[in-house]
Amino acid sequence: MQQSNGYIVGFTVGMTVICAVLLAGLSEYLKPQHQKQEEIDIKANILSAYMSIPQGGDVQELYDQYIEGVVINYKGEVVTTDADGKPVTAEGISPRKEYKKKNVADKLFPVYQFKSEVNIGSFDAYIIPVYGNGLWDEIWGFVAIGPDFNTIEGTSFDHKGETPGLGARITTDDFEARFKGKKIFEGSDLASVHVVKGEGNPVASDEFHKVDGLSGASMTTGGLNEMLENYFGLYKNYFEKSRSGSVTTVDAGSAITVEDLLNHK
Amino acid sequence: MSTETLEKEEVVVKASEPLLSKRRKKFVTDPLDDDNPVTVQVLGICSALAVTAQMKPTIVMAISVTAVIVCSNLVISMLRNLIPNRIRIIAQLAIVATLVAVVDMFLKAYDYQTWKSLSVFVGLIITNCIVMGRLEAFAMANKPWDSVLDGLGSGFGYSWIIIAVAVVRELLGSGKLMGVEIVPKFVYELGYVNNGVMVTPVGAFMVLAIIIWVQRLKSGYVEH
Repeated sequence: MQQSNGYIVGFTVGMTVICAVLLAGLSEYLKPQHQKQEEIDIKANILSAYMSIPQGGDVQELYDQYIEGVVINYKGEVVTTDADGKPVTAEGISPRKEYKKKNVADKLFPVYQFKSEVNIGSFDAYIIPVYGNGLWDEIWGFVAIGPDFNTIEGTSFDHKGETPGLGARITTDDFEARFKGKKIFEGSDLASVHVVKGEGNPVASDEFHKVDGLSGASMTTGGLNEMLENYFGLYKNYFEKSRSGSVTTVDAGSAITVEDLLNHK
Repeated sequence: MSTETLEKEEVVVKASEPLLSKRRKKFVTDPLDDDNPVTVQVLGICSALAVTAQMKPTIVMAISVTAVIVCSNLVISMLRNLIPNRIRIIAQLAIVATLVAVVDMFLKAYDYQTWKSLSVFVGLIITNCIVMGRLEAFAMANKPWDSVLDGLGSGFGYSWIIIAVAVVRELLGSGKLMGVEIVPKFVYELGYVNNGVMVTPVGAFMVLAIIIWVQRLKSGYVEH
């Protein structure tokens, strides 16, 4: 049959081009749908840090009903515009991108406030994003903090490439529920919570800063501990200000002075 | 391994053969039982073990694999006289990979949760031996319509086995079917517990082995 080298090369190139054009076209065509699904997935993760989403529930509707987002800076002040003066929303902020910014003063932190059904105008929980490194790749999640800005009301974690059956178990409901009722402050000092090594530890319910671990996943839970401590630290000013009711609103661009930058590296 | 088709099917078919003649029906029915890709040819075991812990992802996987086998069989069969013999494997791979990427993108767009739980296994359809096996053994030597029927047969053969395994695993492993509680509460109160082994791939090995055993007991098939 047609076995000349020219034919083979021609066939290969032709086939590759056709396949590539087909895939690129389809990918472009489905892009809006993909983005929508990813957005809904993130919103579902935010909600599931505090509530359990009923099966078949409309995530978008629940999100609009319960969540009111604000954006803060590292000093704990609410900001409405970014450094360039553009308006910011909690939904528009990617924790991944903020995590990678080098200067802490440039970072913006979303807070997803969970509206109370009983006391209209107040919030049942404040959900913050967390982002860090597990064993193989990035891990992230959302932590719901109670109105006392101390008690953890719930968590929802996700990961990119942790080992199934070991590190990947951080996404299970069982593990996420172990954080409920833990405290992040000890007096006025930040103590965070730590997942201990090994599983089946007798972690008493009054040990407010320890969480039973996952066997075979010490590296992942180690990364998880670091991630939580890091983010509780970053949100510390906001928690303290919120507790004393002195959260102020500023415009990001003008709010940061040279002294601030020097004090905060 | 399947080596049956190459010589036999070369017989020239009469132009007036009905779309579903007896010979063609056999393409679809054979792989369901006597020539099943999973239990007799023992292909595609990897995904049969990995995705069958629950019904829903299993059904999605079954549909995806069937779609890929049928479409790749059709495309390869249409191109069978154009594909240079020396690079036929890589040409088959390229077409299978393209189709799998298409399936992956559609799943991500319209069933995001299942896409997330199946994750790598959809991509691994590319290396599912059933797909490549049918392309090499059948589509390269047969006409498009016959190849489509053959693909359907192999796809259904694969599907019913993994769905059967998933039913047993989900029922015994988590007391559910399609995510709906089946085992009533009072049974648990009497001391019944879900079987943890069934949630792990080990459970799939056992169920699959039992299916193969029963089938071979019936057909008298012996591995040579």
